[in-house]
Amino acid sequence: MARPRSTPVPPPRPGRRAVRRGAGLAAAAWALAGCGVGGSRAEPVTAAEFWDGKESSGRLSFANWPLYMDPERAPLAAFTEETGIAVDYDEAVQENHSFYGRIRPALEAGDPVGYDLMVLSGGIELTRLLAQNHLAPLDHRMLPNLGAHVADRYKRAAYDEGNRYTVPYASGITGIAYNPDYVDREITRIADLWDPEFAGKVGMLADPQELANYALLLDGTAPAGSGRADWERAADRLTEQRDAGIVRRYYESDYIQPLSNGDLWLSMAWSGDVHQRNAEEGTRLEFVLPDEGATLWSDLMMIPYTAENPVDAAMLMDFLLAPETAAQLAAEIAFITPVPQARDVLRERAAADGVSDAERAELERTADSPLVFPAADDYDRLHDFVPVPLEQAEDFTALFQSVTRS
Amino acid sequence: MDDRSPPRTGAELQRSGPQGGARRRPPGQQGGPGAGPAGPRGARALPYLLAAPAWLWLAAFFIVPMGAMLSLSLMDGDSVQGYAPAWNTGVYAEVWAAHSGQIARSLLYGACATLVCAAVGVPTAYWIAFRSRRKGLWLFLILLPLLVPFVLRMVSWQALLADDGLLLGPLKDLALLPGGARVLTTAPAVVFGLAHTFFPFMVLPVYTVLARVDGTVVEAARDLYAGPLQTLLAVVLPLARPGVAAGAIMVFVPAAADYVTAETLGGAHTAVVGSVIEDRYLVDHAYPAAAALTALVLVLLLAAVIAAVRVPAVRAAVPEGAP
Repeated sequence: MARPRSTPVPPPRPGRRAVRRGAGLAAAAWALAGCGVGGSRAEPVTAAEFWDGKESSGRLSFANWPLYMDPERAPLAAFTEETGIAVDYDEAVQENHSFYGRIRPALEAGDPVGYDLMVLSGGIELTRLLAQNHLAPLDHRMLPNLGAHVADRYKRAAYDEGNRYTVPYASGITGIAYNPDYVDREITRIADLWDPEFAGKVGMLADPQELANYALLLDGTAPAGSGRADWERAADRLTEQRDAGIVRRYYESDYIQPLSNGDLWLSMAWSGDVHQRNAEEGTRLEFVLPDEGATLWSDLMMIPYTAENPVDAAMLMDFLLAPETAAQLAAEIAFITPVPQARDVLRERAAADGVSDAERAELERTADSPLVFPAADDYDRLHDFVPVPLEQAEDFTALFQSVTRS
Repeated sequence: MDDRSPPRTGAELQRSGPQGGARRRPPGQQGGPGAGPAGPRGARALPYLLAAPAWLWLAAFFIVPMGAMLSLSLMDGDSVQGYAPAWNTGVYAEVWAAHSGQIARSLLYGACATLVCAAVGVPTAYWIAFRSRRKGLWLFLILLPLLVPFVLRMVSWQALLADDGLLLGPLKDLALLPGGARVLTTAPAVVFGLAHTFFPFMVLPVYTVLARVDGTVVEAARDLYAGPLQTLLAVVLPLARPGVAAGAIMVFVPAAADYVTAETLGGAHTAVVGSVIEDRYLVDHAYPAAAALTALVLVLLLAAVIAAVRVPAVRAAVPEGAP
């Protein structure tokens, strides 16, 4: 955290750190000194104010999820070659909440968090970051690829209308994965996750919002616009499912291995995970969009307001939205790319001379995969992931944690 | 056992810890604060000065954080506006009402793991101390799992104990187990995982005590026509008791506080209080509630240890068993 600052930082604005507060682990000292903990907001700034006088420093550090880029980091190498900017890539984000819990104290103290660009999901942590003005407002003039190539659907997300603070990195579908070696019928509905026939072999996601969404969809309630009464009914359905012995366990993201070895027969799952597993291990896991509907979530790139190299971060943001780079990423991670043109790039590459048959098959498979480029009628069944309003968040998570932490 | 060493409390042990037990010092030269003969002022202050680093360490890494945690637990506010100092004692009743089940489960798992460790660890230590030729090798093997990273061990257990894995698969094929049987995600799996992790902490103190048992005592028992079983029950095991007591504390406290085992080997009904604290802290940002829960667990564990230390066998064991 004690790195030399190479970019001129904005002068402290009056009132911005009127009350210096620590949070989290740093709370200890402050608490003893009689100060409060948490909740300090930064002054809102406009994009023009934020970017005024900022310059590229020739390097940046990027926090992303594991397995969210190829092991050689080819897109970053291309970026460095093109711009001369060195990228320090760190698979630091294991979970939204633990990563946010780690950086929140620094943000509240107005200190750099050690990362200039980070990828978090459009969930409750993003809502918290926005509520406290802890993200840099984006200047769309620095992001030409956002306007030129990103599909409209990813520009009007409820959590950040008009991409004022975030741009999409990749999206995914929360659907149902099952192992046909054990399940001898076709799985088509969320209700199948409640089938006593599969007692002890059903996996559910531990994330309160993912879990709630599925229980809401089961009863035909759209997650967006649902209220307290709906949530209580959803929690009851989940409790029934759990107490009937149907749920084996609530998984963070480690459901793929048990699905492959038969510990789980069917489970809530994220689209790209299943595709990656089948490609790498030769498993035959099936992934379905249930009839009742499924959720579409997005992982987003964002710049913390205390970033030391924000200009370089914005440049990389834009670079990753170029069709070439997006195609490269999509082929590797098999999640949905927000850049539809990436599909053409993949097909062009497959048709090019000097491509081996195996490579061509792989490129075509990605280009044709409904999990990477969902069809229009798939999108009709997908509900955008809508975060719970902050005032209700504690109530909401407590309700669903009482299901998963019994 | 050494009758010359007076029973000591944990605090006394802390003070004299680095200098070794009292039994090593020649009688009549018992130093230490307050116990030494009257001398020049400087000489009397010396032990305190020597202990200063230990006190500073204790203050910086135990007393200050502890005080901070307690004051944090009493703060009032919410995760959006932040928390301000207050005297909100209601949070303790709140978290107790909401999570007493998980607290009780943590303590229960800790107690069960301790029993399993004792049931397996005492015979193991007995065998190493009295029957084996290569004591060093066996002790090394007992400690060996500690050299493998914890997460790796848990993942290996997940693979080994899988429903159709190396262990259960063949048993099911032979129809020795019903097809639906499983070990993972059950409470016994969690207890087993805990016992496995903390097993060396039981074996080592028991071994240390048994290794000092005078062989002639056992011979004497035989001379007095005690059978092997009677010798074991009436002579060896009572002598091992201090080691078992020390081992029990060293297994129970970390096992009751552990939550990673419950999260990796447990299922839908095995949540322990550590996981709840993590959720309250990282997911809800409800710092006071997380701090209050932590304080509650700490008090309960502390009470358990204090109660245990008051048992005579344990008091005697503290200087013997603690490494």
